[in-house]
Amino acid sequence: MNNGARQGFEIFVIGGGPAGIAAAACAAEAGAQVAIVDENLTLGGQIWRGGTAEADSSDASHWHSRLKTAGVVTLCGKRVFHQPEAGVLLAESADGLSHLRYRTLILATGARERFLPFPGWTLPNVAGAGGLQALVKSGLPIQCKQVVVAGTGPLLLAVASYLRKHGAEIVLICEQASWSKLARFGIALFGHAGKIGQSFQLAKELKGIPFAANSWPVIAHEAKAHEEKAQGNNAQGNRVLEAVTISRAGKPTTLKCDYLACGFHLVPNCELPILLGCRILNGYVQVNDFQETSVEKIFCAGEPTGIGGVDLALMEGQIAGLAAVGRRSEAQALFGKREKFRRFARILEETFRLRPELRNLPSDDTLVCRCEDVPLSRLREHSSWRAAKLHTRCGMGPCQGRICGPATEFLFQWNPDSIRPPVFPARVENLAAMPAQSQPRSVAPAELE
Amino acid sequence: MPNEIIVRVNGAPVSVPAGATVAVAMMMASQPCRTSVTGEPRSTLCGMGICFECRAIVNGIPHSRSCQLPCEPEMDVRTDE
Amino acid sequence: MGKESYDVVIVGAGIVGAACADAFAGRGMRVAVVDRDVIGSGATAAGMGHIVVMDDSEAQFALTNYSQRLWQELHTELPDDVEYEQRGTIWVAADEEEMVEVRRKRDYYQQRGVAVEVLDATQLKEAEPNLRDGLCGGLLVPGDAVLYPPCAARFLMNRAQKRGARLRLGASVPEILEGRVRLSDGQEIVGDIVVNATGANAAELTPGIEIKKRKGHLVITDRYPGFLRHQLVELGYLKSAHSVARDSVAFNVQPRRTGQILIGSSRQYGAEHKEVDQIMLAKMLRRAQEYMPALGCMSALRVWTGFRAATPDKLPLIGPCPERKSLFLATGHEGLGITTSLGTARILADQVTGARREIPVEPYLPSRTIADHVHA
Repeated sequence: MNNGARQGFEIFVIGGGPAGIAAAACAAEAGAQVAIVDENLTLGGQIWRGGTAEADSSDASHWHSRLKTAGVVTLCGKRVFHQPEAGVLLAESADGLSHLRYRTLILATGARERFLPFPGWTLPNVAGAGGLQALVKSGLPIQCKQVVVAGTGPLLLAVASYLRKHGAEIVLICEQASWSKLARFGIALFGHAGKIGQSFQLAKELKGIPFAANSWPVIAHEAKAHEEKAQGNNAQGNRVLEAVTISRAGKPTTLKCDYLACGFHLVPNCELPILLGCRILNGYVQVNDFQETSVEKIFCAGEPTGIGGVDLALMEGQIAGLAAVGRRSEAQALFGKREKFRRFARILEETFRLRPELRNLPSDDTLVCRCEDVPLSRLREHSSWRAAKLHTRCGMGPCQGRICGPATEFLFQWNPDSIRPPVFPARVENLAAMPAQSQPRSVAPAELE
Repeated sequence: MPNEIIVRVNGAPVSVPAGATVAVAMMMASQPCRTSVTGEPRSTLCGMGICFECRAIVNGIPHSRSCQLPCEPEMDVRTDE
Repeated sequence: MGKESYDVVIVGAGIVGAACADAFAGRGMRVAVVDRDVIGSGATAAGMGHIVVMDDSEAQFALTNYSQRLWQELHTELPDDVEYEQRGTIWVAADEEEMVEVRRKRDYYQQRGVAVEVLDATQLKEAEPNLRDGLCGGLLVPGDAVLYPPCAARFLMNRAQKRGARLRLGASVPEILEGRVRLSDGQEIVGDIVVNATGANAAELTPGIEIKKRKGHLVITDRYPGFLRHQLVELGYLKSAHSVARDSVAFNVQPRRTGQILIGSSRQYGAEHKEVDQIMLAKMLRRAQEYMPALGCMSALRVWTGFRAATPDKLPLIGPCPERKSLFLATGHEGLGITTSLGTARILADQVTGARREIPVEPYLPSRTIADHVHA
């Protein structure tokens, strides 16, 4: 039933984005036997999505080639979902199950977008900012389509630039941060050498695109002509986004658009680290200078330790990879650079902190949990995430709280409760993997030892 | 290698660029990926396989995350319940 | 809450505590309920929500049958989120030996007025097409039901509160004293009687009562509407539940109204930590797939564990605690807490108010002599 491949490596890197690639490359260059695992079909994570084919940065090409040269084994299309026994991870692929036996683990599970609910946010063609970019990278034609990009964070600019390059008309970029915060951010960028170059480049790419600070989406409107058909049978196919009302410096403006790309910065993917017992501090995986977590032989690098973008992720990945193979002085040599990028990460956090007005965006009947269709009004009856989950089933759907968790954390200051396996939905037959220690044998009920 | 392939979305043929995902095909066909528990149409949100809004029935298999599934010629894709 | 005093103070806001609160408040008594977490956070949150008539003993039958009828009487008042559905149970027989047991059960239930129907192999397959071929048949009990326990507990608690009961959540109770409970913040709540309805942890509050934790695992899948119609339980489940010493698994699946499938069940002794035990989980899921192979390809969303409160003779403790004047117990329900919650509350309230009991309460009295500990 579960004759999955059993593979053992000295070091397993979980997550094939920049942090993971850098960690794996450095560890393998030092002579270790390293494998890197990612659920996507190609490496690159989100920011370097598309593997070597779409390596649109020299960093990406550089690191991809170092990874290959160093002889890292790449296991793509495998999603880690459970730790059935110490030293083993289970990963599911489309057609099978893998048992990954490790001595040392480097977790580079990245981040995901934070979504906040507002009326109409569940309409088709309302996607995340990174979400819409991912769709376009996956083949969605965007030429001549009108797109509003909204939310917060540097991702909005990167996405707007990318979409425009592919022919989209960016109607407006709506950033909820204030002008003064953005100005301070801009000034702070000057303290970061690489960033100035990046910013000038980005500024060039975004020339001519309207940008509004102090702005956020208020309502996403669906196509009116079909509202009457909403009671009928096949209306579902036509209920899509038609326009977005934005609050622009306090004034409402309605903009027609084909797509709304809306995301409120990033939240770390800490689920696997938590499952493995890593201590969490202020919502991030706690690591020491060598990127070691509170669990022996488990390291963590990149966004789960603090949202800091690709440069910090690369730095942390390198340090983790070197530390994992014992090259501590080489790792130490990188501490200075890392600190610089950590300063940038702190500025990021401060600049794009969510303003309290965003808590008023959802109305009573706005759905907060999309898996179970739980509206705000039902959640308000409860005083903790745990009670809300138990009584409304918010967070009990397949996303396992990844979408509604960060939203309720912001809306109600609820703390999410413990993580349980599987950290991603997995097939029942794969959950039934027997630990290697025990001898599987046919079991009569009521007669187990 | 063809530049375009044909898949069937809710019975109707849709031409998509080779390598496009099923989620993209459904978007191009203006068909929602799934219907929510209270009957709302839903499409891709996160684009990275964690929100589960893009679940569709692909070649008979329900709950397939379409944003991570490349299209294949003559694939049968339907809106998930 | 201040220094108010109550007729009844109930420790534990699980399904049993909530049902008791509802029963006492319904008789006009002043009730306070205290829980260290949220409503229904213990076994109530973890269990299957299966309302089932069981025949392990006369006493167990009496209580489950009585209580199942109470649920049937209540069900029209239950709100939507309780998801009460009279799905019926099918006890599945894998071989001829188990079919003999099916017929024995049929006779037992019929003699006691419970509607049942024997299904042969063909009828079983018609009733549940996704069961594997080659099974022998089963016993259908159409009066059994399923519901979602945390919302059922909340309904009962809300109803009690509408009748004046006071609820204090997030308050840990380190001690039950004479006629009062002391919270961890030092505050005391006074009651003419105190009820310990804390389930698996009951012995912490009332040292000396014989409650042991019996760990279980459950898995819930994504939505597959129409896959499963009844609660299906293998007859081996009875051996599993009956055993007081061995770890075991048994095929036990439930359709939720959402179309999700709840997959159980497992029992372990001496396991005190709530982490998932992979060996038990694997065995439980393999057992389930033996009966319903198509479960294997289903998407499993969550796995969790919970602790049943088990007593040596497999009957709950409902009644006055020996040697403790004003302390009553309503605990030790093992895997039947949801089913017997309403019956438990009734007979406890009957005992306290001196009302006429509708079923004999002697088998459940904490003061009963435990004649023999059954070893499997």
